[in-house]
Amino acid sequence: MPATELGRTIDAVWRIESARIVAAVARIVRDVGLAEELAQDALVAALEHWPEAGLPQNPAAWLMTTARNKALDRIRQAALHRQKQQELGADADARGEQFTADPAADLEADHDIDDDMLRLIFTACHPVLAREAQVALTLKLIAGLSTGEIARAFLQSEPTIAQRIVRAKKALSNAKVPFEVPRGEALQARLAAVLEVIYLIFNEGYAATSGDDWMRPALCEEAQRLARMLAGLAPAEREVHGLAALLELQASRLRTRTDAEGKPILLLAQDRARWDWLLVNRGFAALALAQQQSGQPGPYELQAAIAACHASARTADATDWKAIVRIYDALARVQPSPVVQLNRAVAVGMAEGPAAALPLVQAIAEEGLLADYHLLPAVLGDLLAKLGRRAEARGEFERAAALAQNQRERALLLERARATLD
Amino acid sequence: MRVMVIVKATADSEAGVMPSRELIEAMMKFNEELVKAGIMLAGDGLKPSSKGKRVHFSGTQRTVTDGPFAETRELIAGYWIWQVRSMEEAIEWARRCPNPMPGPSDLEIRPFVEPEDFGAEFTPELQEKEERLRNRLTDAGH
Repeated sequence: MPATELGRTIDAVWRIESARIVAAVARIVRDVGLAEELAQDALVAALEHWPEAGLPQNPAAWLMTTARNKALDRIRQAALHRQKQQELGADADARGEQFTADPAADLEADHDIDDDMLRLIFTACHPVLAREAQVALTLKLIAGLSTGEIARAFLQSEPTIAQRIVRAKKALSNAKVPFEVPRGEALQARLAAVLEVIYLIFNEGYAATSGDDWMRPALCEEAQRLARMLAGLAPAEREVHGLAALLELQASRLRTRTDAEGKPILLLAQDRARWDWLLVNRGFAALALAQQQSGQPGPYELQAAIAACHASARTADATDWKAIVRIYDALARVQPSPVVQLNRAVAVGMAEGPAAALPLVQAIAEEGLLADYHLLPAVLGDLLAKLGRRAEARGEFERAAALAQNQRERALLLERARATLD
Repeated sequence: MRVMVIVKATADSEAGVMPSRELIEAMMKFNEELVKAGIMLAGDGLKPSSKGKRVHFSGTQRTVTDGPFAETRELIAGYWIWQVRSMEEAIEWARRCPNPMPGPSDLEIRPFVEPEDFGAEFTPELQEKEERLRNRLTDAGH
């Protein structure tokens, strides 16, 4: 195999395997940062060894075994060091105390790697870390992205992201975060954080919050992969399927969300024939899986159910808005928020007409909770325009444009403001 | 990126020989790995070409022919659709696939045409724009 081809193969194997290797090693050394370091040592060994010896029959197993052996070596060294210090009468706790695991128990080949992966995911999204650190660590350790790739996706410099990851690993180590899947009551709260991290990654790709860059689709794909992965690892968790369904359904519309010039196209104006029907069907299947699990539907599943209502309407006119209003009612119960109320009001407007929705939106506006949210005046403008109150509509669209962060959205809103003059 | 991984037909698959239990089990395990990695979007086996039809186009004419079709090596026996980061990743996963046939066989990996490959001319907006431009040119010609 030529050197460049071998290099690409090693890279591909590494991307597929790194999370599993880090997870397996972390169970031995009980430290995610150290585990990643040891896994990388194994990669370095492969880069040195394979060009001469040729690609092993099973490169993944080679990397896993090498990394595990390095971990066990490290533990033995630490134990030896500790023993020597004891012999010297030094403080027994001085060093190596992080290696508390029993290495013998970890030698069983292929001990449940799925559990290790789950532990790794929960550790990367541990509450001692800030959300942005959780996101960076998840992309690095679970998705296997390079620091440079994460930096590009988040429009940050590489050193910034590298530092964020180093600090996150140190924080986990300092806090002696156990390498485990939380149990009992803690599980739901911790799982919610994992789901939020994945959802954030998706949204970062779905719509850039500022500037000209409307979407970074690679992040959407990574988030979809993470959600599918998690659904495979924790199949009894209803909301995991809910999130997977939501991401598949939202991603199914990615390619119809903008026109040739990059201007956004709203859901109801999109060409449904160009939706990605493979992803739509995957979304329906994931939603059905969620609905088969016990427990109550969570916010992701309910949002997926709304997306599914849109996806199952052949044309925009055929949308079952009454059903959507009912789902928003349920969503408002599990996740009360003015944004949900605003979306519900939009659905009421579609189901019963703008006159029914206007007082609802005005009430939200009076509460003042969404004062900086551009979609509130945008919705008001839309309802007023439909009711023929053009001058008021224009004012609202202009206000919305002033609040919009995204230049494309701003342009669209200014266009609507102008249209009230026609 | 998305790829279609095509299982090429063999004399066995064309003869409708069903896979052994061992192969079915190995395939299920492989598929499970694909699902867990989050890359599997779809996948199915296809019946032999004797159950297939071909619709031939020539100008405005359509001619339907019945299978089986002769050129076994060009036929397909099944497919997956994977979402991967690179062709290399797809190759690496394909390497891990159990041999899908009792004898020698091939998998073919083909990347999907992505929206950006189409160029913008396929979007209705640009078509409309071109139309307007063409009309203007025609108008100018008068």
